[in-house]
Amino acid sequence: MDAKAFLKELIDIPGVSGYEDEISRVIMDAFKPYCHEVRRDAFFNVYGKKIGNVGQKGPRIMLAAHLDEIGLMVKDIDDKGFISFTNIGGVDQRILLSQEVIIHGKERLYGVIGAKPPHLQEKGETEKAVPMDEMMIDVGLHPDDIKKKVTIGDLITFKSPLISLGGNMVCGKSIDDRAGVVMMLETMKELDKLVFSGEVYFVATSQEEVGTRGAIISTYSVDPDIGIAIDVTHGDTPDAPKDETHAMDKGPVIAVGPNMHPKLTERLMNVADDNEIGYLIEVEPGLTGTDARSIQVSREGVPTVLIELPLRYMHTTVETLNMENIRKAARLTALFIASMKEGWEECLTY
Amino acid sequence: MSDLLRRLTSARGVSGDEGDIRKVIIDEITPLVDEVHIDRMGNVIGYKKGTNPKRKVMLCAHMDEVGFIITRIEDNGMLKFATVGSIDSRILPSKRVKIGDKGVPGVMGIKAIHLQEPSERKNAVKAKHMYIDIGARSKEEAEKLVSLGDYAVFDSDLVYFGDGRVKSKALDDRVGCFTLIESLKGNYPFDLYACFTVQEEVGLRGAKVAAYHIQPDIGLVVEGTTCSDVPKVEPHRHTTRMGDGPAISIADLASYSNKRMVSFLIECAKNAGIPYQIKEGITGGNDAGEIQRSRAGAMTAVISVPCRYIHSPSSVMDLKDLDNTVRLVKEFLEGCESL
Repeated sequence: MDAKAFLKELIDIPGVSGYEDEISRVIMDAFKPYCHEVRRDAFFNVYGKKIGNVGQKGPRIMLAAHLDEIGLMVKDIDDKGFISFTNIGGVDQRILLSQEVIIHGKERLYGVIGAKPPHLQEKGETEKAVPMDEMMIDVGLHPDDIKKKVTIGDLITFKSPLISLGGNMVCGKSIDDRAGVVMMLETMKELDKLVFSGEVYFVATSQEEVGTRGAIISTYSVDPDIGIAIDVTHGDTPDAPKDETHAMDKGPVIAVGPNMHPKLTERLMNVADDNEIGYLIEVEPGLTGTDARSIQVSREGVPTVLIELPLRYMHTTVETLNMENIRKAARLTALFIASMKEGWEECLTY
Repeated sequence: MSDLLRRLTSARGVSGDEGDIRKVIIDEITPLVDEVHIDRMGNVIGYKKGTNPKRKVMLCAHMDEVGFIITRIEDNGMLKFATVGSIDSRILPSKRVKIGDKGVPGVMGIKAIHLQEPSERKNAVKAKHMYIDIGARSKEEAEKLVSLGDYAVFDSDLVYFGDGRVKSKALDDRVGCFTLIESLKGNYPFDLYACFTVQEEVGLRGAKVAAYHIQPDIGLVVEGTTCSDVPKVEPHRHTTRMGDGPAISIADLASYSNKRMVSFLIECAKNAGIPYQIKEGITGGNDAGEIQRSRAGAMTAVISVPCRYIHSPSSVMDLKDLDNTVRLVKEFLEGCESL
């Protein structure tokens, strides 16, 4: 399956943090043709293991891209059947009005998010965002029927399938970080064209959005020599600060800062330069909001790099990505892995 | 039923750009009428000659919808826009649109929550600060796909859900267009003019010239109207209630309904066992205002299908309400000559 088709499939599958059973199964199936071994742990982390195709001793490398997504959860059902909700992961309440959602109750229920109409708002109210606790989901069923099918605590996902915009841009929900998972699959394909040694674990991690919890477990489990975290970062838009965003058409972003291993990051950049793959640099002064923060301090410490894909409108239903960046990032990552030949340890010495 | 409703709601027809929906309506009504007239404003008037014509009855539904118009193409390829018709800009962040005749896909994004100050999240985003992203990297790239003055509609399919509910864009007033088309299947003694008007959402402008042309004795407007029976709204402010049947207007900001017509509509509903409700509150206005005061005046009334979350990509109605609206209009037409 090509990258865009895989992304389209992935974003439609529910996988709110903590409830990643279904999405993790789909990812296992997708990894199988390219891996020697695929397994899943109790946290719904998916591990795809590829073994090097030459005899040299190489490092154990772990890639991590999270498979969970932000979403909503049922908070209450009122007498008339309107469903109130809260958020799981960071959700801007201002994007919620008029969204289509799926409630994952005893069966899947379609609904739309509404609120009281504007002409009934008090003066000045239209200047304010409608607070999340004044919105509700309308599923169009009788209250008794709803109470049979929906329980407080049921998960809610957005309905916003992938569409293509101009150029190579695509738009939809949960591209954060399903694009990273797609990028890992593309890296597997690239690796199959190269000579590499060692063992590579491609881990689709769970519960990133609520504190990189899947990465904590999976890194301990893999015990890698090198970590490569893959996530999205902010793409440039007119309403966002320039110094916190990245161009959409200049290749993947490589992060620098205390969360990343300086020597390893330098090597990653050298590989990019040697192969004429363009990239941007993101300066992260503290902990990154990615799996890299947990991979780096697993067990006795793991030298880690962070590769990011610029994404506009992160955590909305119209997250927008340049597919070209997946291709470039996958090629760069595969070349980086293949560069770790015998004596690779030297690049880590301070 | 379903297919026609889908064809009507999926067509594009922002006020001033009704070409697409006009084509759909002309195709639908041509087999049902004696003459299709398209006037200078773009109104579609389906004329059905009466069997014994003494009076002229005008049925009216507007075919335009609220939407957007592209006002500027920025150097970075982003599009600035203005709303056409009344849209609460708080519904705009994170929505998809289709632009122009080619339906170029675009999105109305908002910067990520991570890049906002906490206080920003409490304030509404204004349309004038937003933009549409079509994936173009420069003005030149954008200009290949979009021109200034192109119109844009919400990208929102019709979805059947729940217990007989429908979600779509433009239910206001494609439900009225639907009702008119169904009404044209009957035969009546009077001359019937089924009028599908343009530019209702920007000031009832199509109906003004259509009514002048037709000079009706009786005008009945079929609308999609606000349904506010939702949480945080006190029951006495529920203008209409979903599932309670067509809403008959006594008065709104554009017109007072003719009392005899209102009584007759209620009588029709009671005799035929059709549920109905009286629209409470006088907000809004519609084509009846122009029809009533055209030339030397006409008697008018308004009946509406209740629509929740109106003027949004996800407005919702109950199919029973639409069905009962069609029934009530038919009952009305059967006997309205006695008025």
